[in-house]
Amino acid sequence: MKHVKKECVAMLLAGGQGSRLYALTKDMAKPAVPFGGKYRIIDFPLSNCVNSGIDTVGVLTQYQPLVLNEYIGNGHPWGLDRVHGGVHVLPPYESSSGKSWYTGTANAIYQNISFIDRYNPEYIAVLSGDHIYKMDYNAMLDFHKKNNADATIAVLEVPWEEASRFGIMTADENGVITEFAEKPAEPKSNLASMGVYIFSWQNLKKHLIANENDEGASKDFGKNIIPAMLGEGNKLVAYHFEGYWKDVGTIDSLWEANMDLLDPNVPLDLHDHNWRIFSRNPVMPPHYASEKATIENSMISEGCTIDGFVDFSVLFAGVVIEEGAVVRDSIIMPNTTIKKGAVVEYAIIGEDCVIGEGAHIGERPEAIEDKDTWGVAVLGHSVTVSDKAVIGPKAMISENV
Amino acid sequence: MANMSNVLGLIFANMHEQTVPDLTKIRAMASVPFGARYRLIDFPLSNMVNSDIEEVGVVTKDNYQSLIDHIGAGDEWDLSRKTGGLHLLPPYGNSYGIYRGRLEALAHIKPFIKNANCEYILLSDADVIANIDYRPIVDFHKNSGADITVVYGKGTYNAEQCATKTILSVNKSNEIYDVLVRPEMSGEFNVSLNMFVVGKQFLLDLITDAESRNLYSFEVDVLQHKLHDMKVMGYKFDKPFFQIDGISTYIKSNMALVNKNLRDAIFDSDSPIYTKVRDDAPAKYGIGAEVKNSLIADGCVIEGTVENCVLFRGVKVGKGAVIKNCILMQDTVVGAKAEMSNVITDKNVVVSEYRTLSGTEIYPVFVNKGATV
Repeated sequence: MKHVKKECVAMLLAGGQGSRLYALTKDMAKPAVPFGGKYRIIDFPLSNCVNSGIDTVGVLTQYQPLVLNEYIGNGHPWGLDRVHGGVHVLPPYESSSGKSWYTGTANAIYQNISFIDRYNPEYIAVLSGDHIYKMDYNAMLDFHKKNNADATIAVLEVPWEEASRFGIMTADENGVITEFAEKPAEPKSNLASMGVYIFSWQNLKKHLIANENDEGASKDFGKNIIPAMLGEGNKLVAYHFEGYWKDVGTIDSLWEANMDLLDPNVPLDLHDHNWRIFSRNPVMPPHYASEKATIENSMISEGCTIDGFVDFSVLFAGVVIEEGAVVRDSIIMPNTTIKKGAVVEYAIIGEDCVIGEGAHIGERPEAIEDKDTWGVAVLGHSVTVSDKAVIGPKAMISENV
Repeated sequence: MANMSNVLGLIFANMHEQTVPDLTKIRAMASVPFGARYRLIDFPLSNMVNSDIEEVGVVTKDNYQSLIDHIGAGDEWDLSRKTGGLHLLPPYGNSYGIYRGRLEALAHIKPFIKNANCEYILLSDADVIANIDYRPIVDFHKNSGADITVVYGKGTYNAEQCATKTILSVNKSNEIYDVLVRPEMSGEFNVSLNMFVVGKQFLLDLITDAESRNLYSFEVDVLQHKLHDMKVMGYKFDKPFFQIDGISTYIKSNMALVNKNLRDAIFDSDSPIYTKVRDDAPAKYGIGAEVKNSLIADGCVIEGTVENCVLFRGVKVGKGAVIKNCILMQDTVVGAKAEMSNVITDKNVVVSEYRTLSGTEIYPVFVNKGATV
C-alpha cells in the first residue's frame, strides 16, 4: 500500500507498568488509569496530538494492554480513525530475527522504525503517556525547524529543591542544550525535561541503530540517546513550556492532579472548547442530585446518582453515593457505589468497587497525630469492602475486605 | 427471536411539530432537545439499533439542519456501516412540493423503499420517549399474520392532549376494530405511539393506491378508512413512555426523569440511549453550589442554587443565582444573582446578572434560542 507522506509522526510511550501506582495499575497500564472524572491519562497526549494537527500516532504498549487497546480502539473518539495515518497500537512482536520485549524507551522506537518509515516523516515526536498537560506540539515543531535542531526537548522550570527528581537540562543563552543529567544529586539548572521530544527522524534513526548495536547500552532516551547526541555535537535545543504539567506516576501526584482540577487558580481548563480533551464518552444519562444531596467543590460525571454528601471530590461516570454517605477529598472511579452511611476521606477508589454501609475509608490528616502514618488510601479496581469495615490512611487494598 | 436484518427502520422527523411550536420553530421535532443531553430522535434511533435493525432512513421535510448536525453519519449509534446504516432522506425532486402527510412522505421515498433489502418496515415518529425492544413486536406482527401492526400504550389524557392523538379500540384478540383520529375527548385510552410494522410490498401497494387517489393521511385514509379491508393488529407496549403532545407534557416528561425507576427504565444500561458526543468536561460544582432534585449534564458549571431543574450540556449558573423548576438548554448562561422559576431557555440563552424571570407551572416563560435577557 502506498502511504501518504507525513511531516511529523508521534510515538506515544504507553508500555510502562506504573508500579508506583500499585493497586491501580495491577490490571491496566498507567496511561489507562482513569483521570479527571471522565478521562484516562492517555487522553491528554492523544488530544494534544490531534489539536496540534498530528494525525499519525503510534501507541507503544507492553504492560497489561487489554484495557488500553480496547479504549483506543479505532481512534474514533479522538478523530484518529483516518484513511491515511490515524492511531496504531504497537505491541512488541516476533520477527524472523527472534522476539523481544521493548527493553527501553529507545528500543521501543527502534523496534518500530519500519512503522515510522512507512510515512517517510521529516520529524517524529516522542511523548510520554503518563503526563497531564495541554500543549501545542505544532508550535514546538515550528521552534525545532526555526532552530534547525536535531532534537528539541520541552522543558519546564521547576523549583530548585525538586530539580533532582527530573531529567535536568543545562542550556546556554540561545537555548542550546549543553548538558543533560538524569535525576542529578546536585542540579546545575532547574530546567526539567517534560518527556516531550521532537527529533529530526533520519538523525534519530542513525542513533537508534547505533544504540541498539551497543550491547552495554540500556536502550533509553535519557540515558543513551540524548547523551550520545550531545557527544556527537548535534544541536539540541530546549523549548520552554509555560502552563500546567504534572507527572501522575505516584499516588500522591495522581491525587493532587485530580484535586488541581477543582482549584480555579490552576491553569488547566477542561471547559475550553478550543483545546478539548477528547475521550471515549460513557453512554449514560445525566447525573442526578437528589433532594438529600449536598455537593460542593467537586466534579461529577454523567451517570452518577447522588443522595449523600460530596465535597472536594472527583466522581467518574456511574458512581452512586447513597444517602448519608460522605465523600471528601477523594477520587471515585467509574461505576463504584458508596453505600449508606459510609465515609470516604482522602482516598482513591478504583473502578467497579462497592463500599459497604457504614464503612470508613481513609482519614483526614488533621485527625492523625503521627503525620508519617498519614497518606491517601487507595482501593484497586473491583474491590468490595464489607459493611462497617475500616480502612486506614495510606492503605493499599486490592482484595476484598 | 426475530431476524431483524430484513427490517428497515423509517423515522419521520417532522411529525407532530405543531404540538410544541416554540421548540420546533427553528428545528425538526426529531431534534428537539430532551432530558439534559438528548434529542428526541435519539430514542427511536437507539431503540432500532438496540433491536438489531441495521438500516434506518430518516425522512425529513424542513428545518432539518440541526438534525443533520446531530446525527451526522450515524457513528454514535453505530450506524455508519458498509451495508445498510443510516440514510437521511430530505425532500427530493420538485414535482411533489412539501408533503402533506405520512403517505405522501412515503411516496417521495418510494424508490428508496423499493431498493431497500428488507421484507418488513418499521415506521416511527420522533414524539415518543421510551426504551422499546422492537424484536418481539416484529415477531408479533409475523405470527399474527397482520397487514399492519400498530404499537399502542394506555394512558389518561385530557381533551387537548387527545386532539393530537390517534385513539384505538382493541379487542381481546389484539385486533383493532375502531380508530379515532384527533378526537377532542378525555379519559383513559389506548393511544397510538405512532410506530407501525408493515410488510414492504403491502406498504408499497398502499402508497401507490394513495398516490392515485390523492390521499395523504396514513391515519385517516388507511387506518381509519381501510380498517375493515385489512388485518390491523395492536401491540400493547406496557413499559413507561412519554408522548410529547404539548409544552406541558414536554416539561413533565423532562422532570419525570428525576424518578430513579423511570430513569432506569428509559436509560436501561443493557439497551442504552445513544446521543451525539460533545466531549464536555464533567460538571463542576463550585463553592456555594446547592443542587437539589435535578438532572445535570456534563459541561455544566454551577455556583448557585438549582432546584427541580434539568440542565443541558454546558449550562453555567453564576454565583448566588437561584433557579427553580427550569429547563435550561445547552450553553445557557445564568448570570450571578439572577433568579428564575418555571422558565425554559432554548440553546445559547444569556440571562443577565440580577435578572428575575418567572413563569408559572401551566404557563412557563420560554426564551428563544440565542436571546439575551
